[in-house]
Amino acid sequence: MDTKGILIAGVGGQGILLASDILCRVMMAADLDVKKSEVHGMAQRGGCVTSHVRYGQKVYSPIARKNDVDILVSFEKMDTLRYLYFLKPEGTIIINTEELYPPAVNLGDAVYPEDIIESVRQLFGIVKVVDATGLAVRAGNIRAVNTVLLGTLSSCLPLPLEIWETVLKNTFLPKLLEANLKAFQLGRAV
Amino acid sequence: MKELLSGNEAIARGAYECGVRFAAGYPGTPSTEIMEAFATYEGVYAEWAPNEKVAMEVGIGAALAGARVMVVMKHVGVNVAADPLFTVSYTGINGALVVVSADDPSLHSSQNEQDNRNYAKFMKIPMLEPSDSQEAKEFIKLAFEISERFDTPVFLRSTTRVSHSKSVVTLEAPKTMEDRTAIRCNAEKYVMVPMNARKRRVEVEKRMRLLEAFAENFPENRMEINDPEVGIITAGMSYHYAKDVFPDYSYVKLGMVHPLPVGLIREFASRVRKLYALEELDPFIEEQVRALGIEVTGKAIFPYTNEFNPGIVEQAIIGHDKILRTLPERQLPLRPPNLCPGCPHRGLFYVLGRLKVFISGDIGCYTLSFMKPLDALHSCICMGASIGMAHGMSKALGEKGRGKVVGVIGDSTFLHSGMTPLLNMAYNHSDALIVICDNLTTAMTGMQEHPATGFTLQGEKTMGVDLAKLVRALGIKSVRLVDPYDLKKTRTVLKEELAKPGPSVVISRRACVLFKREKLSPGKPLRVDPEKCTGCRLCLGLGCPPIAWKKLVDPSGDQKKKGEKQQGIAVIDLNICSGCGLCRQLCKSDAIVEQI
Repeated sequence: MDTKGILIAGVGGQGILLASDILCRVMMAADLDVKKSEVHGMAQRGGCVTSHVRYGQKVYSPIARKNDVDILVSFEKMDTLRYLYFLKPEGTIIINTEELYPPAVNLGDAVYPEDIIESVRQLFGIVKVVDATGLAVRAGNIRAVNTVLLGTLSSCLPLPLEIWETVLKNTFLPKLLEANLKAFQLGRAV
Repeated sequence: MKELLSGNEAIARGAYECGVRFAAGYPGTPSTEIMEAFATYEGVYAEWAPNEKVAMEVGIGAALAGARVMVVMKHVGVNVAADPLFTVSYTGINGALVVVSADDPSLHSSQNEQDNRNYAKFMKIPMLEPSDSQEAKEFIKLAFEISERFDTPVFLRSTTRVSHSKSVVTLEAPKTMEDRTAIRCNAEKYVMVPMNARKRRVEVEKRMRLLEAFAENFPENRMEINDPEVGIITAGMSYHYAKDVFPDYSYVKLGMVHPLPVGLIREFASRVRKLYALEELDPFIEEQVRALGIEVTGKAIFPYTNEFNPGIVEQAIIGHDKILRTLPERQLPLRPPNLCPGCPHRGLFYVLGRLKVFISGDIGCYTLSFMKPLDALHSCICMGASIGMAHGMSKALGEKGRGKVVGVIGDSTFLHSGMTPLLNMAYNHSDALIVICDNLTTAMTGMQEHPATGFTLQGEKTMGVDLAKLVRALGIKSVRLVDPYDLKKTRTVLKEELAKPGPSVVISRRACVLFKREKLSPGKPLRVDPEKCTGCRLCLGLGCPPIAWKKLVDPSGDQKKKGEKQQGIAVIDLNICSGCGLCRQLCKSDAIVEQI
């Protein structure tokens, strides 16, 4: 099996790093080699956060090159457009509909694009649009946006559901588990 | 057992597994998690020192007593610790001493991207460089073995990409080492006065020759002969980037980057037709290979600046990267990091930015205040520099600078290296104003303890220095305390202190809004009453993430045209508003109110 790549992207504070940790543990549980890479530090303060996850029989680089990622999971609608160049032409995109305005948009100096989903659909065949915040609220925890999106991601990967559920059970404290399992199922059903 | 570990966690684990029970450091991205992870292991002693030089000296002392010691810092921290390091290279270390330097190619969270391999050569200290988490865990162990065997400090160099990537690591049971600590005096070896240091200087060269021989057979300096057409000499993460795109080329993968295995490199060069030196930042390997009279290509095609990735390596070697499809270019609004909603720095820097003064900045979250709309920080060089620079500028400006120069520095940064320059200000009759932005923690790197927080790295209660008393003891007579959530009072105090002759210090105190121990919730989320908002945009000057500008449209759906009375209104995102109330203090029309 060649090395495959998933890119999780969004804004600091959205739970991206936990999501990619869970994804890596799922890959490990499936007996695959896995590496992930992200940058901490100043990026936490509302800046862009990306986490590359690469998996296969033997993984060298933890980050992908252009046109090399199989699935992009974008936690923020506009930021999807920032990372399209990483995707293979036949790649899959999962887009959260949440909009987080960067400073220039807040100040009225720039406009938040309105045609994001349409323009992505014109370029890529498989685009899953998820109202992850809405589904997280339905699952009973607004913070579970990342688990919703992992659920959607899981539906694009050929891995048994039990592995995902076991890893989720080992990740979340009992009081948070129920909402996160629900969030995962809602995301998976999208 | 297999575990997914970051490079930093793996370094801590490796140190623990090989019997290290003593570590000191100062937080700094990308190194911080090494100390944090190490401190959680059973039976270890780990401390945050006030700065890297102190951490290094603590480490040297412990090693001289016979302990195996790890000292941890980011690349620029080694500058601070360089003074003791250059000389401990002469004395040797009795126990074992490994210095972890986490470099930051691409300056993800740093003021420069210096290549600390140069220090290894400059200081005549061997350096190992792991490429992933498994190697990070193994190499720290090898570093301790080399340190013991050759009586030398050893560098372990990581980079952000190695430190902050996670990969699968096989864990082993920790070794317990016998206690070899004791008081042993050896003045000739450890008292570096000229007559002794001259002798040790000779020993350093002998040690380097031994290490050069050791490097030749060091198993982690590995030759992989595949396609003889192309050979790549590389180390660290660059090896994985290259293997990813060129799995069939031949490689020398260096585990030890100083000293280099000259014989191995000569042999490799003779077995491949085209030789490359692949390394981020400086041509450290390349220049040494070329000095051997070997033809090698390096910085002629690989960039000097920024970290690499597989695409950069591919592009450089074959002239183009694997472009399958080019997407239409699109300009998107940037998303730079920003002060958090409710950040106490925002109020202080909003006021400072409007005082028409030069603001000499320092290293911390508040450095972000240089950006629009706050526009309230005008220099940032290194830890502690704000104070000395403010003083120097104030002196150079003389009368012109009276009441016009402010230095700003965080609490942790002040304790790191702000005390001596403040003493200098008192001593040399300075006229500048220093503001200590005291948020009760080392916020930038993720809430680390420091000597004013009342806790140690391992969670023990301890003294917490009183910053106001400390500042007075350094000779500053005018010391004031303000709450940066109170804009009016903050402005008044800053203006008064600027007007006074002589040096003054204002301590702007309010806990970091993310600091869980303080359990503060500044207030309830606020909203804008659209009926009252006049669209004056005053609140937008705070650059607070929840406050956005919404353009008003007229009944036909068109955007209001310039010249029409009100162009838009402010809106507040209640999901991220902290309720700090700064915007409410600014609003002249009482339009910012509590949520219903």
